[in-house]
Formats: sequence, structure tokens, C-alpha cells
Amino acid sequence: MIENLNVFAVRTLTQKEYFAPGHRACQGCAEALAVRLVAKALGRNVIVANATGCMEVTTTPLPYTAWRVPWIHVAFENTAAVASGIKSGLNVLMRKKRIPYKKITTVAMAGDGGTADIGLQALSGAFERGDDFIYICTDNEAYMNTGIQRSSSTPFGAFTTTSPVGKVQMGQLTWKKNMPAIAVAHNIPYVATACPSYPIDLVQKVKKAAEIHGPAYIHILSVCPTGWRSAPELSIKLGRLAVETGVFPLYEVERGRYRLNIDFPKLKPVKEYFKFQGRFRHLTEEMIKEIEKRVHEEYEKLKEKALKGA
Amino acid sequence: MTKPENEWTWKEIPVGNVVLEPGNTSQYRTGDWKALRPVLNKERCVHCGLCYIFCPDMSYQLDEEGYFIVDLFYCKGCGICAKECPTGAITMVMEE
Amino acid sequence: MGKRVGMEVSIAAAEAVKQCHVDVISAYPITPQTHIVEHLSEIVADGELDAEFFCVESEHSALSVCVGSEAVGARSFTCTSSQGLALMSEITYIASGMRLPIVMAIANRTLSSPLSIWNDHSDVMSIRDCGWIQFFTENGQEVYDHIFIAYRVAEDKEVLLPVLINLDGFTLSHVIEPIELIEQEKIDRFLPPYQPLYRLHPDRPITMGAFALPAIFAETKKAQEVALISSISKILQAWKEFGEMTGRYYQPIETYQAEDAETLMVAMGSIAETASTAVDQMREQGRKVGLIKIRLWRPFPFDAFKKAVLNSKNLVVIDRAVSVGGPGGPVASEVKSAIYGCEKRPSVYNFVAGLSGRDVTPSDFIKMVEKAEIEIEEGNQEGYEIYGVRE
Repeated sequence: MIENLNVFAVRTLTQKEYFAPGHRACQGCAEALAVRLVAKALGRNVIVANATGCMEVTTTPLPYTAWRVPWIHVAFENTAAVASGIKSGLNVLMRKKRIPYKKITTVAMAGDGGTADIGLQALSGAFERGDDFIYICTDNEAYMNTGIQRSSSTPFGAFTTTSPVGKVQMGQLTWKKNMPAIAVAHNIPYVATACPSYPIDLVQKVKKAAEIHGPAYIHILSVCPTGWRSAPELSIKLGRLAVETGVFPLYEVERGRYRLNIDFPKLKPVKEYFKFQGRFRHLTEEMIKEIEKRVHEEYEKLKEKALKGA
Repeated sequence: MTKPENEWTWKEIPVGNVVLEPGNTSQYRTGDWKALRPVLNKERCVHCGLCYIFCPDMSYQLDEEGYFIVDLFYCKGCGICAKECPTGAITMVMEE
Repeated sequence: MGKRVGMEVSIAAAEAVKQCHVDVISAYPITPQTHIVEHLSEIVADGELDAEFFCVESEHSALSVCVGSEAVGARSFTCTSSQGLALMSEITYIASGMRLPIVMAIANRTLSSPLSIWNDHSDVMSIRDCGWIQFFTENGQEVYDHIFIAYRVAEDKEVLLPVLINLDGFTLSHVIEPIELIEQEKIDRFLPPYQPLYRLHPDRPITMGAFALPAIFAETKKAQEVALISSISKILQAWKEFGEMTGRYYQPIETYQAEDAETLMVAMGSIAETASTAVDQMREQGRKVGLIKIRLWRPFPFDAFKKAVLNSKNLVVIDRAVSVGGPGGPVASEVKSAIYGCEKRPSVYNFVAGLSGRDVTPSDFIKMVEKAEIEIEEGNQEGYEIYGVRE
């Protein structure tokens, strides 16, 4: 059903590309696709602050850049702080009439490591200050750039090089950190989850975030064929399965009110999602059952929150 | 044409190592990476644009006839377009 | 002549920042820098300065905010000490590599552990190689003056490097001194509005902070080093113009009674003032002692330093930080390197004194000079000790 919606609506998006080809991302990298869609959604009047990570490294090898918009990379953990600095610099320069007034969206982009782990402090500070910017977390569920090490966003049971499958311990032992919930807890005006497998939805959410006064947080699931050990051609399908199995539900939280964007009458079994990913190859029936139980519990909680909001 | 990194002298690098040419990675042929290449069967194409929107490498362009044509200079051969095409109009074939 | 007011040096520093029409101030409190940021927040809250005053959640973010705001072309300021400086040290290297003219005041305080809030130079010595222009100030007037000089030098299109101003925590930051304020019109002539060379703006999209492969990295570092070393001519020019404006002329190396001195003390920061009292006392005793004050720490003024010291027999270098397990205190190591290539050079004796704010009095200096002279007479060319440690 959703696929059909995409089929005809794609043509409504701008044909301009603010993100150039020739970048060095892997074949089938859904994170690069996510960045492309975000860039399409925002257009030329943006300034992007990017964390160290896959996207920074694949898009800006000196003297080249894949960015057709102003872009800055500083360090790993301070993207939100840099974005705060950019926004306030623009505010004060426009207020003092040193540059002409223009609506320029400030965007911070970071991976799951640069958001949920090392970048959490700066993010929390920026949210608390209420700085007017969009924070986009492209979540490929591990420290992919440095060689697939686990992060707090790595899902339970997944293989990573620092949560390997051994004789005594099998994969990631902790559950994925709920970053959108942390964002919501900061009482920011807009929080959303998105996935490039639903491109129109993603673009709409980014555009909405750009109109918000104050911080907005968008958490984008980015399928990584290299790290997830999946075939590159399946990156879109896997993103779709993540949503259809309830592993990564698509929802928005506007001023604390939840809205589920797509609700399925019956969630597909999580096995459908795992079977294409080498990082879950070792999962036992028991582990899969445990994961599914938790996924369904979280999904029900989400639905309840959405119902309350309505 | 931007010079490759091993040809720049220290005096030529802009102050602060900024890159002044936006989007100049478009000079880089990532098309050399592919082992498979997409082939379009125009009869099956419904002009939906999914191949274009799902390509992480911006390798599809709309031509005058309304078909989305792949730019093999950039295409890395990931196969997403072939997988997502709703009518099966794209097939991946081995590069010679 | 401007108004002469008695004020706490931290307040004077904040007033100078106000007079520079700074656009963005990011603040994270740490003793003994707190009075600077507190007064700045009052200035902004009272509407005396139109700036974005940011209370950030860590020093690392404080400097990161300045990087972001300088990148869009806003004049930015932050200040810190000790642990805060250590935390933001990663970003100091980045700011200078990206050639962003941030000005930072450091109220020098010792690094843990053990935790201590009192003054020495171990914090700034940990970022010696960060690529910033570094000044050391001796008294409140110098702190006030150097905020203007710092922005003037930093934002010069041929420099474009961040600048840090060291003032000793508590012993300088918290004392009340007479400060001669400079009229705003003079400051506005001395320090024009900031015109960045490159800025982030959609009208001209650029990429800042790209990563460099080994094939190009060395070239970027060479370019950065040349910029730092050649900034010295702009620093001298700024000091000259500042002197013409106020009558206070600064030099990279300042000397006190050094012309005919046989033994020269070498010191940085406010301890030099005490040392000059000791010089007076020793001169009264008929001893040929003088004082060298290093004002410009980076880029190190090799020529000026050599000129000042090569006619003496002994150098007594008083460090305010320990380079643990190394060849002595940081300043002594650099002094020795500076004169290494000279055919006729003085002997160097190194004391580390005043760690964590322990008082160093004129009589301490006299004792240090006496001991150094005796040791050098007896042939000790490797003299190094932490002065005053109870055995």
C-alpha cells in the first residue's frame, strides 16, 4: 500500500540535488540516501554542521566535497554545540544588520554514536537551551565508520566487532537506547522517526522540522549493508521491513503529543527482518522470541501514547 | 577540474583548508566500483521515479522522453533500483 | 587620557570584551574564571552589550559554540581555566587548524590531580602546540589592553588565528588594580568590525573541516605553521599602533635592568612583577641581576629573546609548571632550545616555583638567584629543581 503512495508522489519532490554524486559511500548505503533526501527537503538555505562519521568521511576528502550547501565539520561529539553557535551567530549578525535577513535553517547531522553516546551531552545542552535548529541522527546502529563497533543504538543480539558472537556471549547484550524518547523528555517542540524507505514521509518530516521554532529532532534509520551484512540491493526493503515488523515504528511527537504515522493491523514477524541480515545470523529461536516480545510491548506502549494524544 | 590531493602545494590550499568548489566530488568516477550494471526495459517502465528517488548516488536523470536513465559514471551497481522497481523493468547484468 | 578606575581584573577583562562589541559569548563556569563570565552576563542582561550569551553545558561545548559562530562570521569570546581547558583542548587544535579568530582568556589554574583551584601555568602548558597565538599578561592593565590587541591581531586577514590571553588565576584575576579605560571611539578605530575571509552562508556554499589524506596533510600543517610564525609582524604592528593610541607599548620580550646584567631571571605572567622587586633589592646590594619577561609565548620570539639574553652569563628560568619526567620546566626547555644554536650562550638554571599558587616572595627570588649562581659556578649545567619543597 505504502509503496504505491510513493510511486506517484516521487515526482512532487524537487529535482535539484544539493548532495553531489561521486561521494565515497558504500554501494547501497541508505545513510547516503537519507542525507540526499534531507538535502532535497531543505534546499539551498541551510547550513549543515556534521559530526565525524561515515557521512563526513565519505563526502569531504580534501580537496573535494559532495556538499552543494554550506557545511562544517568540527569534531565527533559537539555537533549540537556547533549548530548552536552557527544559529546564534546568524541571529546576532542579522540583528545587528551585518548580513541581510534571510531564513537560513541550521541543521546538525550526526550518526548514532555521535548522538546517543559521545554527543549526548552537547545534544541535551542544545535542547535545554531551546536553540532553533534541526538535529538529524542517521542511525546505522553501530560505529560503522571505524569498523562496525557497537554503540548504544545497536539492537539487542546484533553482531558488531565489539559485541561479537563468541562461545560465551552472543552479540549485543543490551537493548537499543531510545533516543527519540530522550529527545521528547527534553520537551522540544518536534521529534520524529523516519526511514529513507519512505522517502515522501521523510521529506515531509524534515520540512516540518524546518518550520519549527526551537529544536527539532529526527531519528532516521539508515540501513548499512556493510555493517549489517546484508545485500546492498536490499537496503530499501530492509528499511521497510524494520517499519512493518514494528522494530522501527514511524511516529511523530509534536509538543508531547504522539502520532503514529503508519499503523499495521498486524505486525510482520521480526524473523522476516532478521533473515536478510548477517549480523543476526546467530540468533536462536529463544532470542528471537524475546526480541519480538519486547518489540511488540514497545509498539503497544507507543500506540497507547498515540491514542492518548488524539 | 580540481587537482587531486597529492598535487597541491602548501601555498595553494585555501586558508583554513576550506573547499571552495561545492559538489566537486562529481568529478570522481565511482562508476568504476560496480560489478553489476542496471539495464532498463523501457516497455515495462511506468515512469514512477522510484529508481531515481532510491538511488544513494544520484545516478538517475530524467530524459526528454520521460524515462529515468542511469548515469554509469556514478552508478556503483548496488541494485537497489532493480530491486525496488515495481514492474521489474530494471535488471542487473554483469559488467564486462 | 581615559578614565582611571580601580576594578577587579576579571571585571576589567569583561569590560574590554564589551568594548570590542563581541557578538557571541559562550560561558561555562570554572574557578577562577567565574567573575569574568558573571560580569559578562550582567553586561548582556543590562543591555550594555548586544550579544548572544550562551550558558553551555561544558567547556568543550563552549569552544565548539565559538567555532560555529566564528564560522558564520560572528566575533566570539570564551574563557576558561585548568580542567576546562584540558576538556576543550581537542577543539583548540581544531580552531587553529580551521583558522578561526576566536579570542579566549585563560585564568591560569593548575591541572588536577590533586584537585587545586590555585594558580600556576600547567593548564596552558598542556596546549603549547595547539597553534594559537599566546600572550602572557602581568597586571590588570595588560589584561584589559590585550583583549583589544587579541581581536585586532586574530581577525587580521593575513593572520586569522585564534588568540589566547593568559592571566594568573586569583593572583591576577581576583585582585583590584587601577585600570586606565580606553575611550570607545579609540577602540572602534583600532578594532574595525570583523570581516571574515570565508564564512558559511548559502550565497557561497563552502565546506569547512574536510578530512585530509596523508598525501595532503603535511601541506596543510606547513601552511598553518607559516601563518603562525609570520603573524609576529602583525602582532608587532598592532602593539605599535596600540602604543601610539595609549602610550603603552608592548614588546614580545620585555627586559628590566637587563642591559648590563650578568644573571637574568626569566619569568612569565604576574610573578614577573614580584621578580622585578627582587631585582631592585639585588641591585641595591650591588649585584648585576636583571629580569626577562616573556610576553609573547607563541609564536616564540626567538630573535628578540636571543638579543635580550645572549650578553648575560646565567639565566635563571622560573617555571610555573612541571613537565613531569621531562628535561625541566616547559619554559626552561624552550629557552635552552632557543639559545642552543648560539656560539656563546648563557648557562641555564631552572626552578619551578609557585606551583598551585604557593606564594613566591622577593626573598625567594633572591635565594633562587643565589643558589643558581653558586651551582653554575661549581659546574652544574643541568640545574633543575622544584623550589621550596619540604624534604
